[in-house]
Amino acid sequence: MAITRGFVGRRPSEEDARRLPPGQYLERGFPVLSAGATPRIETGAWRFTLKVGPRPVKTWTWEQFNALPRTAIKRDIHCVTKWSKFDTNWDGVSIDDLLADAELEPPTQYLLAHSYDGYSTNVPFADLAGDKAMVAVRYEGVPIAPDHGGPARLLVPHLYFWKSAKWLNALQFTERDEPGFWELRGYHIYGDPWREQRFTGD
Amino acid sequence: MTVSAQPGRLAWQQATVTRIVVQTATVKSFFLEPSRWSSFVAGQHVDVRLTAPDGYRAQRSYSVGSPPGEPEVELVIERLDDGEVSPFFHEVVAVGDLIEMRGPIGGHFNWRVADGGPLLLIGGGSGVVPLMSIARHRAAAAPEVPAALIYSARSVAEVIFRDELVARAVGDPGFALYGTVTRETPAAAMWRGGRIDGDLIAEVLAGLGAAPRHTYVCGANAFVDAATRLVIAMGVPFATIRTERYGGAPVRETSDAAVPEA
Repeated sequence: MAITRGFVGRRPSEEDARRLPPGQYLERGFPVLSAGATPRIETGAWRFTLKVGPRPVKTWTWEQFNALPRTAIKRDIHCVTKWSKFDTNWDGVSIDDLLADAELEPPTQYLLAHSYDGYSTNVPFADLAGDKAMVAVRYEGVPIAPDHGGPARLLVPHLYFWKSAKWLNALQFTERDEPGFWELRGYHIYGDPWREQRFTGD
Repeated sequence: MTVSAQPGRLAWQQATVTRIVVQTATVKSFFLEPSRWSSFVAGQHVDVRLTAPDGYRAQRSYSVGSPPGEPEVELVIERLDDGEVSPFFHEVVAVGDLIEMRGPIGGHFNWRVADGGPLLLIGGGSGVVPLMSIARHRAAAAPEVPAALIYSARSVAEVIFRDELVARAVGDPGFALYGTVTRETPAAAMWRGGRIDGDLIAEVLAGLGAAPRHTYVCGANAFVDAATRLVIAMGVPFATIRTERYGGAPVRETSDAAVPEA
């Protein structure tokens, strides 16, 4: 290990250190990081579609989506730019509940999440099942702000946060694990913070 | 626009600090010479990893201000009083030190000669750094590409790369500088007072001659949000705008980080 001359650092508490994946630091704010301008989507025009390959299986309006069973989770989140934030609270619809409403059994093991701004990211189905993930519509009890991905964003808190696509408008089952926007641009295909899978080859 | 895939694994390497240049009262440039430094594209960043004697480590991402084709990597680091890494760079790091880094990273906020122009660059504060990489690369490799830089700082004294930017604007007919400062009425030529507004964007777009093919906006989140709204309102297509946001303004930034994602 190469020691950096003169570096002492500012250590987190032991408890915080246990919750921080390698290379991460604790952030109290909620930084905003996006690849382009912020799209502003009126909930009246908002649609969310579940697809198998190119085929739409079901599309929900904002009202229909908000009538689905609601799940609340509290999780730590980890951005690949090194910040982590603890105990974030989200409300939304679990992927299991979405599939049940669409009467769809998972037809493949992989999905691509798509966003209003053209962004996409891939997530294996196993990482979306149960209470691991959701389509979130509220953060800390209030509607998610546009720059944090509202009206609705994917939330997959156990993977680096670029997987939690903002401005979500579709989930698409794919035959293979297809790289999305950042995965095509040098970032890891899976993105597990605990294995520090930041970039291709990590 | 071409997508830059990562060429294989990004390995950590030791880079030697060869020069430290004071830019402003709170900003210094650290020139690092890595042993391997290839395929760098203007606008990319690097990760830096610091290791304490007991093995504790801290990582941060920093934008690169230098253009492709140079042996040194210029990291421009603003000292954040409550930061963990930037005060270390400002107070401890000296010429000859070894700093662990890996990169280049990021296949989106990039510009290559083949991407063409005109280019509209909009930077707030230290957000000018990756734009400087692009501006320098354009000047060296494709001066025929028209480019405009709108740079907003708090005061003229806080403008990073001030002398170089003015010299480029004076000496390069294809490069226009629109410098604006928000917390003083500037006495210096080339700088105007006030925030970026629709009138300024209109003036810049008229000066470019043709619509910008690529727009790059970098700075604090609130700045990027305001600037992108203005250029979209002036007709610049959403899909041609790339952004890089520093932390969570208007909340006081506690982060040294400086890159895109999620």
